[in-house]
Amino acid sequence: MSLFFIVALPFFGSLLPGLMNSAGRSATAGVTFTVSLAAFVGILTNLPTILAGDVVLAPVDWMPMLGLNFTLMLDSLGFFFALLILGIGLLIIAYARHYLSRDDNMGQFFAYLLLFQGAMVGIVLSDNILLLLVFWELTSLSSFLLIGYWKHLPEGRQGARMALTVTGMGGLAMIGGMLILGQIVGSYDLSVILQNRDLIQADPMYVPALILILLGCFTKSAQFPFHFWLPHAMAAPTPVSAYLHSATMVKAGIFLMARMWPVLSGTPEWFMIVTTAGLITMVLGAVIALFKHDLKALLAFSTVSHLGLITMLLGTGTAFGAMAAMFHILNHATFKAALFMSAGIIDHEAHTRDIRLLGGLRKLMPVTFVIATLAALSMAGIPLLNGFLSKEMMLEEANHTVLFNAVWLVPVMATLGSLFSAAYCFRLIGHVFLGPVRDDYPAKPHDPGTGLWLPPALLVVLVVVIGIAPFLAEPFVKLVTASVLGDAAEVPKAYFKIWHGLVPALYMSIVAVVGGLIMLAVFKPSLRFWDAVPRPEAKPIFEALIEGAAKLARAVILPLHNGSFSRYAAIATVVMVSVGYHAWTTGTMSATTRIMQPAGLVPIAGWLMLVAATIGMVFLHRNRLLSLILIGIVGLMVSIGFVFFSAPDLAMTQFTVEVVTIILLLLALNFLPNKTPVESSVLRRVRDTGVAIIGGLATFALSYHYMLRDAVSSPISEFHLANSYKGGGGTNVVNVILVDFRGFDTYGEIIVLGIAALLIYALTETLLGGPVRARLLNRKPDQARAGDMHPMMMVVMTRVIMPVVLMVGFYIFLRGHNEPGGGFIAGLIVSIGVVMQYMASGFGWASARLKYPYHGVIGAGVLIAGLTGIGSWFVSKPFLTSDFTYARIPPFEKFELATAALFDLGVFLAVVGAVMLSLESFSRLARLASEPSSDHPMDIDPSRDDAVAPDLVSSGKEAV
Amino acid sequence: MEFLVASAIGILTSGGIYLMLRLRTFPVILGISLLTYAVNVFLFASGRLTTGAPPILRDGIETYADPLPQALVLTAIVISFGMTAVVVMIGLGAFLGSDDDHVDDQPEAETNTAAVKDAPEARS
Repeated sequence: MSLFFIVALPFFGSLLPGLMNSAGRSATAGVTFTVSLAAFVGILTNLPTILAGDVVLAPVDWMPMLGLNFTLMLDSLGFFFALLILGIGLLIIAYARHYLSRDDNMGQFFAYLLLFQGAMVGIVLSDNILLLLVFWELTSLSSFLLIGYWKHLPEGRQGARMALTVTGMGGLAMIGGMLILGQIVGSYDLSVILQNRDLIQADPMYVPALILILLGCFTKSAQFPFHFWLPHAMAAPTPVSAYLHSATMVKAGIFLMARMWPVLSGTPEWFMIVTTAGLITMVLGAVIALFKHDLKALLAFSTVSHLGLITMLLGTGTAFGAMAAMFHILNHATFKAALFMSAGIIDHEAHTRDIRLLGGLRKLMPVTFVIATLAALSMAGIPLLNGFLSKEMMLEEANHTVLFNAVWLVPVMATLGSLFSAAYCFRLIGHVFLGPVRDDYPAKPHDPGTGLWLPPALLVVLVVVIGIAPFLAEPFVKLVTASVLGDAAEVPKAYFKIWHGLVPALYMSIVAVVGGLIMLAVFKPSLRFWDAVPRPEAKPIFEALIEGAAKLARAVILPLHNGSFSRYAAIATVVMVSVGYHAWTTGTMSATTRIMQPAGLVPIAGWLMLVAATIGMVFLHRNRLLSLILIGIVGLMVSIGFVFFSAPDLAMTQFTVEVVTIILLLLALNFLPNKTPVESSVLRRVRDTGVAIIGGLATFALSYHYMLRDAVSSPISEFHLANSYKGGGGTNVVNVILVDFRGFDTYGEIIVLGIAALLIYALTETLLGGPVRARLLNRKPDQARAGDMHPMMMVVMTRVIMPVVLMVGFYIFLRGHNEPGGGFIAGLIVSIGVVMQYMASGFGWASARLKYPYHGVIGAGVLIAGLTGIGSWFVSKPFLTSDFTYARIPPFEKFELATAALFDLGVFLAVVGAVMLSLESFSRLARLASEPSSDHPMDIDPSRDDAVAPDLVSSGKEAV
Repeated sequence: MEFLVASAIGILTSGGIYLMLRLRTFPVILGISLLTYAVNVFLFASGRLTTGAPPILRDGIETYADPLPQALVLTAIVISFGMTAVVVMIGLGAFLGSDDDHVDDQPEAETNTAAVKDAPEARS
């Protein structure tokens, strides 16, 4: 099966459990199992290639300019990990089906699980390290969801957050390391990077890259000093712990170290960092594990310890070490997953995981006892079980490793780690299963159903089979090792045997097992000693660090970013002006190339009005109605300015927009207070004046400067002017640009306009549905109301001129391509015509005559414009290619038909819909706030029941 | 003429910024509207000032005003209407919901006094 399918299956499959949720728990688990099984079989179909020692590659260019290619690669190392991820995943899914209770949302759980599975498979199959990073981050995110799955548990949430913080930070460091690595080699493809060992190790950036990548690996694999997150992640449901901490998440760091082993290992830096961290983690984890009373915490720290062991083995940098590491990964995955699941069974049946409350379960849960005991003995390193074999190899390797020039250091530490490891395994067996049966269990324990014990039992079968017949696993482990080593070293010849003769490793093993038994014997006094000794707790330290970081961030950000809009606006203005000033003073200035045009009397008069209105607004802005009139003057002067400076289209648009804006603001002012009180201090007003004057001077200087100079290079407008008629079939260049040259922009703009209108509509709906509704209904108008809401003159007038307005709109629309006009302006004109009806005859009257809802008009506009664009696909042209032709219907002159006109129709409809929907929404607020007025102004309809009388009495206080 | 337009842009900007820094929603909205004018005129002026030469193609005429800034500003005007409407709606919604038209969150104690101070005006 193609590698893409294998990676994609869990991701797409993760959509299914949620859908199957209502079909029952078994169906949900079943569909998840099927998805995983398909991916598992898919991996297995590649087995022949892997056995032949070949590599499966599936490259697809994604962003080649960035070096980011979606290249997947399957070699025996990836195959090994994918097999673990998917194989153990299958068992976990089966187990989780029976573990989760009816209250848990199973669809959600399995969706997260499949997401995680997909991300993990992605990591081990990536050939591109940037792609690998993407999957790496995905595992952090999906494991966050899994660990925090029981959202109601605070420990679950905290544990998930801690895991995300630690692994996320590590991931960030790793991104840096990977980028450096890619820069050194000049490629982000693993297959290329792995060929360049000498180049990488000789580079001065090798050490930073190494440290950054190791930070990522150590955080993910919970190596000292980042080991603390793993035990806290135990708040997750047990299937998650079993999955994440036996075969997958924590092995991702190990995987990456193994993947990078050929190019990164073998240097003193690698040896010192990796071996030391691994050794400390191994011993520390084992010691803490012994004194944990929570079964899962014990297993968590034992996982930390075993990860340390594997890391230490990889750190030695020898081929034998790498082989032992690979073998231990396999063994650890089997016995640890079995142990976690057993712990889950005990928790499930006895309702406690506290070892102090347990004991004597051997008689009550014989099946679980056998499974857990075999797995624990394997972890302790007892012969005939697989843990013994890899532990022997580890001790053998430790015996040859010299750290800090001390021959004894590594062997002694390794033995010590094994000793404590054996001790906690014995404690697990002894304190949980052996001993007398108690009568104070929180619940009466008994063996669970097959669904719960079968998955761990299958793993224990593997434990025993590999333990008795190691030669079965040997070829496969050697194949994987060969892929880890690459060209850097030969696969060691050593055979996997139970009996190697009386070698030092055997003595060390005996010391560890005997010492472990002694530790168990003296457990009580040593526990008292352990409890008495003060030790740093990771969680408070972590929380203090987080709190410190948050405080620092607050100290830096809050003074600038305190939620006050005025402050942002002031800061933004000052910053923009100073950046501009910097550019102004450091750049070069060319001489003026244009001469100032003389200003006649009329422009000066217009300028005076504009300036007077603006200044008036600033000084009179507390009177809101007055400032609204003044801003109308400003808008009018700007429109006239556009006419004067040869922009008739702009003038028409500005003028019509001005009208609807003022209506809109009037509608808003109906509710808002009419006066703005004096609140700001004099100092503040002086400050604001300063900022305003600086900003004004800056824009003045900038515009004055460039208006007196020609463009540096000739503007593209030459092209538009030259091609407007030839290519677009129109003489109004502005309109041709809008509907043809830059039609796609316009298309985006009408969509934005439509969204804005819908947003206003949605806000109105929310307001009308909430507590504001009651407030509006009880509102007393704060202004004097008109005695006659629908004056006869106005009603008649607006109705009479309505057809005229529509005709003008139609005319403006049609001539738009060749003369000033077009969809935008026509849309605004028609909107004004309709708004006049609302104003004169009232909301109810106008709404009753409304055939199409305005949302539909917006939608139709966008759709027509879009379909016009799509139409050009049918003649194999790009989106929105326009065409035109000339037609002649006999009595008329020849006229033009252009697809651009159809597009302009879309613009027209979108503008009408958007403007009307906005204004209508405001009016609805107003309508609610006033007494319902007559819906039939000036109408005489004999068929109506309530007849004419109420209409002529103007009782209404309609605001529109 | 260039001086007139440039100074108009500057004055519109100044007025806009000053009103934008006020504490109540309505002047802030008007300030943003003034800034919109300033920005639109500024963009328009980037095509340089031309009188009596609209970009409508005619036989025998060679000089036209720069059409591109005009097209850009045309859509900008329409979009700014949509934006103004949204901002007004948000401001109005906030006022109707809390009887307070301050732009910024008021400290607890001040909110009460402000509400009391506003109340008579709202009903006057």
